[in-house]
Amino acid sequence: MEVMPSSWLYASIGGAMIGAASLFLLLTHGRIAGISGITGSLLQRSTPDRGWRLAFLGGLISAGLVAAVVAPSAIGASVRSLPIVIVAGLFVGFGTRLGGGCTSGHGVCGLSRLSIRSLIAVATFMTTGAITAMIAGGAS
Amino acid sequence: MTTAATSCGTRCRTMSLVLAAITGALFGAGLIVSGMTDPARIVGFLDPLRGWDPTLAFVMGGAVIVYAIGFRLIRRHRDDPWFDVRFHLPTRRDVDPQLLAGAALFGIGWGLGGLCPGPGIVAAASGSVPAIAFVLAMLAGMYAQHRTAR
Repeated sequence: MEVMPSSWLYASIGGAMIGAASLFLLLTHGRIAGISGITGSLLQRSTPDRGWRLAFLGGLISAGLVAAVVAPSAIGASVRSLPIVIVAGLFVGFGTRLGGGCTSGHGVCGLSRLSIRSLIAVATFMTTGAITAMIAGGAS
Repeated sequence: MTTAATSCGTRCRTMSLVLAAITGALFGAGLIVSGMTDPARIVGFLDPLRGWDPTLAFVMGGAVIVYAIGFRLIRRHRDDPWFDVRFHLPTRRDVDPQLLAGAALFGIGWGLGGLCPGPGIVAAASGSVPAIAFVLAMLAGMYAQHRTAR
């Protein structure tokens, strides 16, 4: 795929926004901004403080709703058929809860804190992700 | 500032929820601006065999630089967050089989669909039918993990 000259700039700015939002959640609520943890814990009856989690996810969802109106092309089309997407979702859901994090919790927050667990998790999911993407190919 | 959570009334609690929502919106906007919500870009990053797309490295780089600097500043200057009595930070340092197996499974799903949890939720909210299916399957996968962990 061709990389547009400005895409690295958008990527850096978007990345800085993700980092700033994660920092702000730490400053205000003292929490790690891990999307799989925030989402998954809402499915568990034992989770005590649901308010900030629901509010954060509400904000995340509102960003998608706004994007659908102002920049629909920013949400890319699926690269796989529906059954494969569903299998992917099952793996992502089960794996992130078993491994205690995803790209945000282990990736952004964990690497920044120099967490050894997160470093190993990121190296592991980057490796299996690359192998899977190579086997599955560009689009199906 | 005093410890907010010990004296968090209705107005303070409302403010904490409004700020959490704004934070989530900023996080989502960052995912959209950076291109993380485009599965083709993720697969293009993970698959070096078909013309490697390095954009994702800039997303991670930008986020980690900002967070790494800010994290140290916050930890140095504050004993507690605004709306809680303490910071909730992971303390484990052991590498167990669950961490490795979970990360490996997550990577397979990520490389397969080109979506991780945050971008999946944002894309689903935008009305993408495959992304909605992805998120529902993801929630089912999370629920299944919780059940089998008992």
